[in-house]
Amino acid sequence: MENRAYLEEKAKDIRKHTLSCIGKLGVGHVGGSLSIADILAVLYYDQMNVDPKNPQKPDRDRFVLSKGHGGPAVYSALALKGYFPMDQLCTLNQPNTDLPSHTDRNRTIGVDMTTGSLGQGFSASVGMATAVQMDKSPFYVYSIIGDGESQEGQIWEAAMFAGSQKLDHLISFTDYNKMQIDGEVKDVNGIHPLDKKWEAFNWHVQVIDGHDVIAIQEAILAAKKVTGKPSMIICNTIKGKGASFAEGKVGSHNMPVTEEMAKEAIERLG
Amino acid sequence: MELRNRALRDIYVDLLMEYAETHPELVIVEADLASALASTKFFKKYPNRAINVGVQEANMIGVAAGLANMGKLPFTHTFTPFATRRVLDQVTLSVAYSKLNVKMVGSDPGIMAQLNGGTHMSVEDVGIMRTMPTLTIVEPIDGVQLASLFPQIAEHNGPVYIRLTRKDFDEVYDDGEEFILGKAKVIKEGKDVTIFASGIEVKEAIDAEKLLAEKGISASIIDVHTIKPIDAETIIREAKRTGAVVTVENHSIINGLGSAVAEVLAENCPTVMERVGIKDHFGEVGLKDFLMEKFGLKAKHIVAAVLKVLDRK
Repeated sequence: MENRAYLEEKAKDIRKHTLSCIGKLGVGHVGGSLSIADILAVLYYDQMNVDPKNPQKPDRDRFVLSKGHGGPAVYSALALKGYFPMDQLCTLNQPNTDLPSHTDRNRTIGVDMTTGSLGQGFSASVGMATAVQMDKSPFYVYSIIGDGESQEGQIWEAAMFAGSQKLDHLISFTDYNKMQIDGEVKDVNGIHPLDKKWEAFNWHVQVIDGHDVIAIQEAILAAKKVTGKPSMIICNTIKGKGASFAEGKVGSHNMPVTEEMAKEAIERLG
Repeated sequence: MELRNRALRDIYVDLLMEYAETHPELVIVEADLASALASTKFFKKYPNRAINVGVQEANMIGVAAGLANMGKLPFTHTFTPFATRRVLDQVTLSVAYSKLNVKMVGSDPGIMAQLNGGTHMSVEDVGIMRTMPTLTIVEPIDGVQLASLFPQIAEHNGPVYIRLTRKDFDEVYDDGEEFILGKAKVIKEGKDVTIFASGIEVKEAIDAEKLLAEKGISASIIDVHTIKPIDAETIIREAKRTGAVVTVENHSIINGLGSAVAEVLAENCPTVMERVGIKDHFGEVGLKDFLMEKFGLKAKHIVAAVLKVLDRK
């Protein structure tokens, strides 16, 4: 198990590269990419059994970013992990790139599911966990959904089914950054109380600080001990975390970012 | 396997079970219509390979995509409108765009929803699915044809939409007839006009051919069981040979078989044609005979269309 300093460093690296590639492009999904950096750091550098040298190994853990617009953060995590060269990150959204705005299993090495239409990736992760249960496989399926995404009906269809099927090899996270494109989630279409909703759907629920790498690590370990229920780890996060121009700002969902803004934010991260 | 005098759904489920014996990756996913398809016996034999998500069509497609992602071969099922328009975005992104190998059965297409009524009648499902890249659309019409096409559907690497009439259909083919996915079946070769038909309309076309023969008109009958990819080669060859075309389908004439044939003809060999099908109209409740009469889907309507097209030849 990795320690706090190591994982925080990895999360910082993911943020830096996310900012760098969005800054190079001039626009991107900054807010929701930065808010999941710590979860990705713990998954890719501590908890998930994956091998960049053998990205398709059958017994690997699976990961689905259902809030597919966080692609840039996943690409940074994958490149840092060694799935593809670091300089490929700057091809984000460029013509013929293998790093499209939203994650695509047919484009990017290391991406397990194509997402972008909200609610669907989560449903697919439930299907993947169903296969794990059918085959009595030892590995886990991880997925991250957004809080705005939690307004989608398909999330709750899949949640009900996963709870009913007792898919205990499914560990999901809600990136609860409280913001969506049109404003604060509570003002647009409130999802509170989120923990009680998941409990009512027969999930094991933990609520943690989604920027505390050790809290994330411990929550995953606790989730792996749960039997007979899928796990939802509700991560209280801050949209745009780590870049002052975006942090805690509603407009950070998909925003213009100049190279100077990115550079300054990267320097501040240290 | 007995292919005669049985509901198509029973033959379909037997084919699933037969294939499942030698293909452990085959799984089925239902959305509370297992009883309607009579797939309950699959659930009994393979409880670990049969999933019922309940009344959740969107999640059914999502779960199937996830299963396919893990190497399973899922066959989903619901009624045609829910198998297509209701889950259009899920089929588009989670299945087709994601290149996941999911087979999707929609049961009781078009007017065959009968007493379930207009809400359950898909007159547009082929149109919806036809515009989706990579998707194959098949409409098997009897047990012999379904049994021949089933292994090809299962082995085709890509999403397939299967338009399946559960029961209440006419047998058309003799035992042992073979069919090739993507290749239209020439039932009869004529000289004056070619009738391209799909689904329950193949039987009407066969009946129409006899009525036409009485009038001294010689018609080709082609069963277009695979609507996408459309068999352009056969369509062009026939159109050039007879010089007049009629299409017949249990679907809207907009963007179904008729449109697919028209596209091929317009680009390759412009030919006079008429389309028999539902004329830009919703379905409504009723039994097959009433609905076929109401929407102009009977042999006599095909005969009228042939006479009209021959006038323009």
